[in-house]
Amino acid sequence: MTLLSILGVISSAIFSGTSLLYTTLGEVIHERSGIVNLGLEGVLLVSASTGFAVTSLTGNPYLGVLAAALAGGLTNMVLGYLVVTRNGNQLASGLALMFFGFGLSALIGKPYVGAKINGLPRILLPGLSDLPRVYTSLFKFDILIYMAIPAAFLVWWLLFRTRWGLSLRAVGENADTAFASGRNPRLIRYQALFVGGLLAGLGAAHLSIAYAMNWTEYMTAGRGFIAVALVIFSKWHPLRAIVGALLFSAAVAFQLLLQSSGVHVSPFLLDTIPYFLTLIVLIAWGGTRKHAAPASLGRVYHGTE
Amino acid sequence: MPRPSHLQTAQIPLIAMRGITKAFPGVLANDGVDLEIFRSEIHALLGENGAGKSTLMKILYGFYRADAGQILLDGEPISIRSPHDARNVNIGMVFQDFTLIPAFSVAENIALFLPDLRAVLDLKEIHRRINELSQRYNLQVDPQAMVSQLSIGEQQKVEILKLLISNARILILDEPTRVLAPHEVEALFRVLDGLRKDGYAIILITHKLKEVLECADCITVLRNGRVAGSLPRSEADEEKLVAMMFGKELAGLKIDRKQVRDESAPPLLELRGVETRGEGAETSLKAIDLKIYPGEILGVAGVSGNGQKELGDIALGMGKCVRGAKILFGQDVTRLSIQKVRRRGVGFIPENPLTMAVAPFMSVLENMALTQTWRYTCLGGMGLDWQRVRTDVDSTMKKMGFSFSLYTPARSLSGGNLQRMVIIREMTHAPRLIIASYLTRGLDVQSTIAARQALVQARQSGAGVLLISEDLEELFTLSDRLIVLYGGKIAGTFKPEETNIYEVGHLMTGSEVQHV
Amino acid sequence: MSETTAAHPRSLVLRQKILNAAIRYAMMVLLALLLFGIILLISGKNPFQSYKDIFTHALGSAYGFSEVLVAMTPMLITALAVALPSRLILINVGVEGQLYMGACFATWGALTFQHLPAWALLPLMVLLGMIGGSLWAFIPGYLRSLGIVNETITTLLLNSVAPKIVSFFVFGFWHSPMDTDKTAYFVPAARLPTFFGTRVDLSLVIVLVLLVVFWFVMKYTRWGLEIRAIGGNPQAARRNGIPVNAYLVIIMCIGGAIAGLAGMAQVSGYYGLLLANFSRGTGYMGFLISWLSFGDPIGILLVSFVVAVIVTGGNLLQLTQGLPFAVINILLAITLFVVLARPTFLKEKKS
Repeated sequence: MTLLSILGVISSAIFSGTSLLYTTLGEVIHERSGIVNLGLEGVLLVSASTGFAVTSLTGNPYLGVLAAALAGGLTNMVLGYLVVTRNGNQLASGLALMFFGFGLSALIGKPYVGAKINGLPRILLPGLSDLPRVYTSLFKFDILIYMAIPAAFLVWWLLFRTRWGLSLRAVGENADTAFASGRNPRLIRYQALFVGGLLAGLGAAHLSIAYAMNWTEYMTAGRGFIAVALVIFSKWHPLRAIVGALLFSAAVAFQLLLQSSGVHVSPFLLDTIPYFLTLIVLIAWGGTRKHAAPASLGRVYHGTE
Repeated sequence: MPRPSHLQTAQIPLIAMRGITKAFPGVLANDGVDLEIFRSEIHALLGENGAGKSTLMKILYGFYRADAGQILLDGEPISIRSPHDARNVNIGMVFQDFTLIPAFSVAENIALFLPDLRAVLDLKEIHRRINELSQRYNLQVDPQAMVSQLSIGEQQKVEILKLLISNARILILDEPTRVLAPHEVEALFRVLDGLRKDGYAIILITHKLKEVLECADCITVLRNGRVAGSLPRSEADEEKLVAMMFGKELAGLKIDRKQVRDESAPPLLELRGVETRGEGAETSLKAIDLKIYPGEILGVAGVSGNGQKELGDIALGMGKCVRGAKILFGQDVTRLSIQKVRRRGVGFIPENPLTMAVAPFMSVLENMALTQTWRYTCLGGMGLDWQRVRTDVDSTMKKMGFSFSLYTPARSLSGGNLQRMVIIREMTHAPRLIIASYLTRGLDVQSTIAARQALVQARQSGAGVLLISEDLEELFTLSDRLIVLYGGKIAGTFKPEETNIYEVGHLMTGSEVQHV
Repeated sequence: MSETTAAHPRSLVLRQKILNAAIRYAMMVLLALLLFGIILLISGKNPFQSYKDIFTHALGSAYGFSEVLVAMTPMLITALAVALPSRLILINVGVEGQLYMGACFATWGALTFQHLPAWALLPLMVLLGMIGGSLWAFIPGYLRSLGIVNETITTLLLNSVAPKIVSFFVFGFWHSPMDTDKTAYFVPAARLPTFFGTRVDLSLVIVLVLLVVFWFVMKYTRWGLEIRAIGGNPQAARRNGIPVNAYLVIIMCIGGAIAGLAGMAQVSGYYGLLLANFSRGTGYMGFLISWLSFGDPIGILLVSFVVAVIVTGGNLLQLTQGLPFAVINILLAITLFVVLARPTFLKEKKS
């Protein structure tokens, strides 16, 4: 295990973890307003395919990223309509959205399977260029990666230091109280879904435009569900989500490390570790009866007369 | 409409509600109600459960919209269509169930209701404003504390601060003293007095006569959705108010005080050194020793949240004893499940039957069978003998003197009827021990009397009753013996005739007993 | 139905309720047909020709109809696996994972006991499948009964783990010499028998029997009463002496067992081998079906049938009209959306 291989693990964790972090941040916002988005997988796929398609059409990856973000926000609006306006069950609506995403993304992406695009350009932080080539190649990141952690801080600031964030959290804790304080819980939930969708879209964009740089059906491989688990793991806190995302993607990177050291553990089993970790953490909290979840999570909001 | 004599007739009421009518499916909650509230006044809205007080105030606060009638502010008609509108005209309301968010801090809860909250929160400024107000009116509380860690009294302070900081000038308090101990009630009245002197108008929704007589300037009594009377405090006394509230003589409950209890018989229920680990230090039981003999009602007094619910649960078999033993009918049942405890002849009548004792969507008949399914099964569980269920229920209904249709879904019954249904169910198999936990809470007067009579009947036939209640009057009337719970411990044991409400009240709040 | 055997006498109200339900389901079918037509038009296909194709091949012919049944069976089983726990207000989203584990255990049986005759091997595989699914449901059920974690979250987590475990076994030990991502075909003794030259296998019979048992238990037995009581008000049920925790765990495990059965049926009947990632949401579809029918057995039959027709029809149109399969997913999703959005004509009339 050389320094190089360790750095390689960190680098690859950062690369694959970025899309996970954005997605998790998006879901944190959803759940803080009281909505569980089981359709995240579908939203991610639609965003990824849209971003890839736009990049391929225009040749401009930044436009693709923008398109992906917008696609995410808009797709979430479907969930918003079902859950907020029609008072539908959140779990069922989310799953239906997932199937929708499977189909829509396949349609959007079909003409572009196998296409080659200009991915997001990778830039090195100034000051690091003096290091030998082998190191710099590991740490040349694209702009989405650089903005990932600042994004987490931005989400924290939004949720805890602004009026909008206070309103959003209030809706997620007790929509009736939020209503009593003169706010419109339905509108706020829509806003939460849109903003969260934008973030999830960014995560999906990173996947198809920067990381994998291609499009295939089902390419998100369960990241939507991982994000839902990560939100719980991070106790609905955007800063802890950074740790969570790194941990999850480190498992993937860890496999490479083990392989390079000649240790042979099935990648599939390693993949399950983060889930068991989350489960253990959940059990540990449950034992101490600490409920950190937003109190109205998953509940339908019926207005008053 | 008579007005307090210290106010001149020239003054226009701050708030006037004229001819307010509001109907819900099946009930006319308000029927042409008139109400006038003046500045610097504490106005009590009196009436028993279901009289329409809450509805009227919720209309004032914009939660409901009246079907007919007008609301006038300083003589000008206004339209209040939502709490937002109400807050715009400086009306604020504190509900019975606090609308505080436990996961937020005091400051965040209050900030939520600030009309001029900035887009980027300035927490320091908010803390400062809270401290300023709380000093002025004696509502001290730490702005940074998490609401989930505050006591009920402190939470109420936060609720009031919320109203004050959002410039409410008219404060509506819905049953504010329900969860307070006697000295906390007095502290609240001092706060209200201070507010009144500063020009606030305060509307108190309550059904407690003594408190009304102590602090209100003006009293309006509602009965069955109509105004039964409105008078200044100087003209009011208990009898007049009771007559207005009920419109007739209240049928008292006569208890045969002749000793039914058989001192020589072994106790039905015995708790020895019972200790539990509950959700908080206040509610966990510590070193509980008590005995209930056949033919006696043991009353348990205490402010909600001092272990009463746990005591009822432990007696039933819910929750674990960390230490100590529970002896039922002479046998150790400390580890026994509820099912087995019930099988031995224990009945349980909780408060709020819809949430605690009944499956709402199942029919009355099905609910009746629920506690004794083992008794009615045939074919080894494959079928149920509904004929027998019906027979048993019918005979008990005859004994108790009331009945209802068996095939309607339980949730369509009123609260009072549901409780009677539960009582019938529990009494059907002549339980030897009955645990009644706040059984008359929220019930109308008739149902309350019926429930209490059922307990007395059980006592007459030699059963033992553990009566947990927040109604001191009820406890003093029904109990043969009385214990007081405070902080999970038994703070005192008496016979009702040896003590009075104030002594018990002091014990309920942990202060030393004053021997007069 | 005599008065002594039921708690409710037959009444006009009941008949009215059934009629209302039938109307609702019929409207849902019509809606699906309408949407299908619109989407076909958008995709540039001829809806009338498509319907003709579906009616003649899928619904019109015996073989076509059998294909609908084949598509319907796994959904029926997974829906039942969700419906039973749902009566206790247990949200078993974990059907997907329990499905995989059932398939995994059953496959182990198929590969290890190849020499056994069918009448021994098949029941063994059924048993193994049910054990696998049941185990996977036990952990969430137990944790829920302790009040520690909500079963929605735990089952979701385990859903992601199960396919990986299956992949581990397939890629690592069980794969055939030719392909790394699937096993070889099972020996004939390990295959569920089919009927009349169609692909409909024994699992359809099994699930229909189970549905009848489910209906009977819920309506007439003591356990059904207690289950409904818990579902109606768990707190009250506990106080009334019903052993709620025991029911939570046991019913969850039975739900898992049924899902495991679905998994076994997939590998033993439908596929004939174990393929990594063989389920693209079958479990979730079962969850949706159960939820849409409020856990009612007849509703489950109807909704599964409708979904199966859509899927089979879609498969057919893929061949005859070149319709991409993605459109089927969209159609399914939109039909679900419409029902979830509860427009007035689909609303249940409150009597």
